[in-house]
Amino acid sequence: MTGKPKKATPAKKAAPAKKAAPAAAAKAAKAPAKKAAKSAPVRSADPTAGDLTRLTAAQLGQLIAAGEVSAVEVTRAHLDRIATVEDRVHAFLYVDTEGALAAAAEVDAARARGDKLGPLAGVPIAVKDVLATRGVPTTCASKILEGWRPPYDATVVTRLREAGLVMLGKTNMDEFAMGSSTEYSAYGPTYNPWDLGRIPGGSGGGSAASLAAYEAPLAIGTDTGGSIRQPGAVTGTVGAKPTYGGTSRYGLVAFSSSLDTPGPCARTVEDAALLHAVIAGHDPRDSTSIPAPAPDVVAAARLGATGDLSGVKLGLVKQFGAEGAEPGVVAAFRDGVEALVKLGAEVVEVSCPHFEYALPAYYLIAPSECSSNLARFDSVRYGLRVGDDGQRSLEEVMSLTREAGFGAEVKRRIIIGTYALSSGYYDAYYGQAQKVRTLITRDFQAAFAKVDVLVSPTTPFVAFPFGSRTSDPYQMYLADLYTIPTNLYGGPAISVPCGLSEGLPVGLQIMAPTMADDRMYRVAAALESTLPPLTPPQL
Amino acid sequence: MAAISREEVAHLARLSRLAVTDEELDRFAGQLDVILQAVARVGEVVAEDIPPTSHSVPLTNVLREDVVVPGLDRDEALAGAPDAAEHRFRVPRILDEEA
Repeated sequence: MTGKPKKATPAKKAAPAKKAAPAAAAKAAKAPAKKAAKSAPVRSADPTAGDLTRLTAAQLGQLIAAGEVSAVEVTRAHLDRIATVEDRVHAFLYVDTEGALAAAAEVDAARARGDKLGPLAGVPIAVKDVLATRGVPTTCASKILEGWRPPYDATVVTRLREAGLVMLGKTNMDEFAMGSSTEYSAYGPTYNPWDLGRIPGGSGGGSAASLAAYEAPLAIGTDTGGSIRQPGAVTGTVGAKPTYGGTSRYGLVAFSSSLDTPGPCARTVEDAALLHAVIAGHDPRDSTSIPAPAPDVVAAARLGATGDLSGVKLGLVKQFGAEGAEPGVVAAFRDGVEALVKLGAEVVEVSCPHFEYALPAYYLIAPSECSSNLARFDSVRYGLRVGDDGQRSLEEVMSLTREAGFGAEVKRRIIIGTYALSSGYYDAYYGQAQKVRTLITRDFQAAFAKVDVLVSPTTPFVAFPFGSRTSDPYQMYLADLYTIPTNLYGGPAISVPCGLSEGLPVGLQIMAPTMADDRMYRVAAALESTLPPLTPPQL
Repeated sequence: MAAISREEVAHLARLSRLAVTDEELDRFAGQLDVILQAVARVGEVVAEDIPPTSHSVPLTNVLREDVVVPGLDRDEALAGAPDAAEHRFRVPRILDEEA
């Protein structure tokens, strides 16, 4: 795609890389806080020693709080890295150099004043372009919003700013978060740092790739059917979908309101948990926000990192059997489960008979909500207007604007949703899908009466080559086969790397009951502690 | 048998305010047919007595205290509009010529 030769064999490279730089950084992350802060940047044998972009967010936060590096230095290191690799990765739609340096300088000033800094103060972060950012372009990777600068911040963004995180810019995605590859971005795809000829997943491919390319240590994603977890899986990074209602949707440009969930993306489980803690919790501006304290996911991740899972019951979903998944993905997943068993976990097979209808139900419910939500792009209040020649009617101008401003996948979904909601079809399609949603929820509830968490591969296949699934849209939908049931149920789920298949990363998904986000972090951190870290090839 | 015809897709596009081209109609008709045949599988589930779920968080009547909070001012609200006039959103004509 980029004309760059394919990376030889990341599989072979990954094994000796165990002892290389990022491995050292990852190990340091698991060491006690103070020791990590001191030891990480001075590993001298390491080619990337002293490279701030290789550290975890937890380490960076400690170094900044301790005054060993400034937030401005950390921000500059990441902006430099972006300048070096971005022409090959294209993770960002907008890099806010000035805003980032100003925010970093503010953190340094706060520290100089003696203010107490939070664990992520001064740490850079990339934000998916579906979240409104005051004064900073927000396009949802669509032409219809090109150039729009929102007059307000999403609640998630407000919480990042309040915690002192430094927003580097806005990341690429499939248009309006509809897709699994970023190929539906109106501004060109993002390239997977593991193999630049392959997709980085989607819709949040930009956020995931920015982590794997060491352009940012943290990122925000949104997950409607797997848009945080599947990109996490195919880029060898960690992506968590919180409980629906556990993170605020205020300022998240809506795709499917009953499913959309913002969440954290990171290179380690602990970093994801730290970010989760910053953004989670009740928001009065979102009427679906759960009015209860968020579970302590950071403590759970640290408990899990001790590597003891005795007494934890893992459920294997019978209906998720090998069918549909690549053999290499199944093999890596089985290795992951075996590793969890060695830590004391017990495996139980559970039956979730309605999961096989999750994909069809989702592709009725999500397009239905999308056809309603995207009606707001009417050429009047924001964004594009096409064909307003003084003669044409509002209706004609609206139709021409939406035709010019939306890409093919968005149009397909709007049309499907309009179909499923039209009289005569409503009961058979949308109504029936909502009933199936109830049955899927009951399957989860029955399973969680027997086990603590469910585990599965995150996605049936590793990162696929560009163009291989765009001609038949349904083939693209299959990427979300294992992630979608959770969205319909509303519970939390996380993807954590569990190995390689043909040199490309495979993710293991852990699903937990509603508001038990802490459980999945515990299991994820335990798995991470026992497997060698995945290191993407040098860009 | 096709689940959806080219004419139906054209009708739905009109309802959706999408001025699709003939080429798009040709392409979408086939693609949407594949998708609709796949999603129609929800009909295989016996669910007559099952209540529908519209939302995973069963919250009702979410209210807040009746306290005035600042909102967007007029200029901010209009700043992103493709066209504004006299402190309002300007829209193309909404009635037909003969109306």
